[in-house]
Amino acid sequence: MNWEWDAVQDFMPLFWDGLWVTLKATFWGTVIAFVLGLIWAIAQRSPFRWVRWPVNAITEFIRNTPLLVQLFFLFYVLPEWGPSWSPLTTGIVGLGVHFSTYTAEVYRAGIEGVPVGQWEAAKALSLSRVRTWAVVILPQAIRRITPALGNYVIAMLKDSPMIAIIGALDMLGQAEV
Amino acid sequence: MPASVDSQESNGQSRASGAELVRFNKITKRFGDVKVLDELSFSVDTGKHVTLIGPSGSGKTTILRLLMTLLTPDEGSIVVDGDYLTHQEKNGKLVKPSEKHVREVRKKIGMVFQQFNLFPNMKVLRNVTEAPRHVLGLPKDEAVHRAEELIELVGLSEHLDKYPSQLSGGQQQRVAIARALAMRPQVLCLDEVTAALDPELVAGVLDVLRDIAQTADITMLVVTHEMSFARDISDAVLMFDAGKIIESGPPDKIFTDPEHGRTREFLSTVLRGL
Amino acid sequence: MMTRGMFETYFLPGVWITIQVTLYSALMAAVIAFVIGTMRTSQLWIVRFISGTYFEIFRGMSALVFMFWLVFSLPLIFQWQLVPMFAGVLAMGLTYGAYGSEIVRGALAAVPVAQREAGLALGFSRFDRLRRIEIPQAWPEMVPPLNNLLIELLKCTALVSTITVADMTFAGNLVRIGESESAPIYTLLLVVYFVMAFIITRGMRVVERQAKAGIGQAPPRTSFWEKLSLREPGGEGTTGAPSKIGGAQ
Ligand SMILES: Nc1ncnc2c1ncn2[C@@H]1O[C@H](COP(=O)(O)OP(=O)(O)O)[C@@H](O)[C@H]1O
Ligand SMILES: [Mg+2]
Repeated sequence: MNWEWDAVQDFMPLFWDGLWVTLKATFWGTVIAFVLGLIWAIAQRSPFRWVRWPVNAITEFIRNTPLLVQLFFLFYVLPEWGPSWSPLTTGIVGLGVHFSTYTAEVYRAGIEGVPVGQWEAAKALSLSRVRTWAVVILPQAIRRITPALGNYVIAMLKDSPMIAIIGALDMLGQAEV
Repeated sequence: MPASVDSQESNGQSRASGAELVRFNKITKRFGDVKVLDELSFSVDTGKHVTLIGPSGSGKTTILRLLMTLLTPDEGSIVVDGDYLTHQEKNGKLVKPSEKHVREVRKKIGMVFQQFNLFPNMKVLRNVTEAPRHVLGLPKDEAVHRAEELIELVGLSEHLDKYPSQLSGGQQQRVAIARALAMRPQVLCLDEVTAALDPELVAGVLDVLRDIAQTADITMLVVTHEMSFARDISDAVLMFDAGKIIESGPPDKIFTDPEHGRTREFLSTVLRGL
Repeated sequence: MMTRGMFETYFLPGVWITIQVTLYSALMAAVIAFVIGTMRTSQLWIVRFISGTYFEIFRGMSALVFMFWLVFSLPLIFQWQLVPMFAGVLAMGLTYGAYGSEIVRGALAAVPVAQREAGLALGFSRFDRLRRIEIPQAWPEMVPPLNNLLIELLKCTALVSTITVADMTFAGNLVRIGESESAPIYTLLLVVYFVMAFIITRGMRVVERQAKAGIGQAPPRTSFWEKLSLREPGGEGTTGAPSKIGGAQ
């Protein structure tokens, strides 16, 4: 773990090559964060306490712990239990899941911003739960949350170089062995 | 008697007169510690137009929202067209209703809101066709045809292709009326539907409703402070005070010769504003 | 399981380093946030320009890349090497100071104009108005978003492990190499970070309560979940400041 200049010189090209990796990771991370965040947000409005409670606990925990450590966790602990992912896959999943807890907050605010009368009108028309979400609530919520979601894409772009660290440690680790 | 107020217990099993469409059985509703409705019972017969009047806070909105299932009662039951709305009969016993059961019964009820609550992300036509297509499962052209007829009825044929935000409040409310009617509900609940409108737009909406009351054979539960409108369309008037019906009868009787002091007082304050 | 020796030799000192790094960079960020934030409300365009430029540069910076640049590239240019911990604190202080300045600026801008005018009418100097009128009123508004920012900063400190600062994440990696299992150490690590974030939130709640009481507002009422939650209800949107780095817009 002693990074002298040799190690740095090994690392830096990897770092810049990582630009492409960064973009790729940000893209797929965004996809995961947007979809999973929506699932969290909808689950947080579940009528069932046994759905809301764990979802709240999980998202709070993920949001309030460092992404870097979460990446280490995914990269070193997960293989002990089963799946063994490449640094890039680990990075994408970690980035996506971490930021899904932020996008969940954005969705939550957007959903709460839809007037309660919209829910009531949908109910008075007997629209199904799925249809109420899909054609009444979400289209109105999405409109007001797009800028905030965009900010998190930028934040992901800034955090994605962490994936290079996993990759580098992986290579250093192999060098040590 | 189109609307009847009774105090005797109903066992709910008897579907007494075939004409009875809505029945509230000893409904109690609390908000926190406040009992808003206290063992309220009344019924409305098929095809009748019943107006609820009474001072603000007397529980009129609560009644309509209970019927629309936007609220659930703490005690008592509601029957619509012979089916329990608040319960479900299972092996001769009354149990908590399933989502599916409620949905089925609820389809018989429509509501127009004070604040219109049109879907702002849908154009006028889609607002009206959305539920018939996806709840009733009508084919697209049939839903569109039905919607166009209703939108013409409310006088907005030129505005089919506009978003609600491009319409005036009165026009939006007329779309909301068309939207509710498109579901062909047996009961239509109207909760102060002109209260949020600019004064000059009220008449247009009331004319549409008068028209509907005269031509359609639909049962209506109306909350309004427009007394001349109430008088025109009602078969019966229920006067509420503090969650209780203190007087009921045909409009001519209630508006000209009320028995209860509170009714007289209320009418004089409302009419003074005219 | 983790051996006692590993725990005492590496992990506990690592926890202390993390606390130190958080404190130092938070202090630096706070100073920058208040200086730059108030400068951005200045009437002089040159002051606004300088502070605005600072904000634009550093809010766009990735703290991680900045740290690496300070440690690995700066020496190549200037021929001197920063102490890694100092480089980490510098990188985080500068970037989080920029995010914080947006919170300070937003809260100051939200103070009613009438208050500023009243101060003017009483003959207060610009500095006195800031110190005696505007900042005290804006301060309670800043606390919830600053709490969110502080937690982001705490999480960010894990990055210093990559520039060889022996914080608790660094210690965690050492322990992993020395042990057969990685699950216990990384789980412990996550839990300790979470507990630290929780403590920060509790502390900032107290600060917020006192700040509100200090200007005669009722303390905020919190529901059960809000009590447990680390998310500050007023943290997002009130001042336009982000709860997550990079969100400033
Ligand atoms: N969601 C609610 N929570 C608490 N109290 C309510 C709620 N809705 C209505 N109330 C109370 O119930 C009473 C009856 O309200 P409502 O049915 O709206 O009266 P009306 O429509 O006759 O003016 C009022 O005192 C009102 O404050
Ligand atoms: Mg009302």
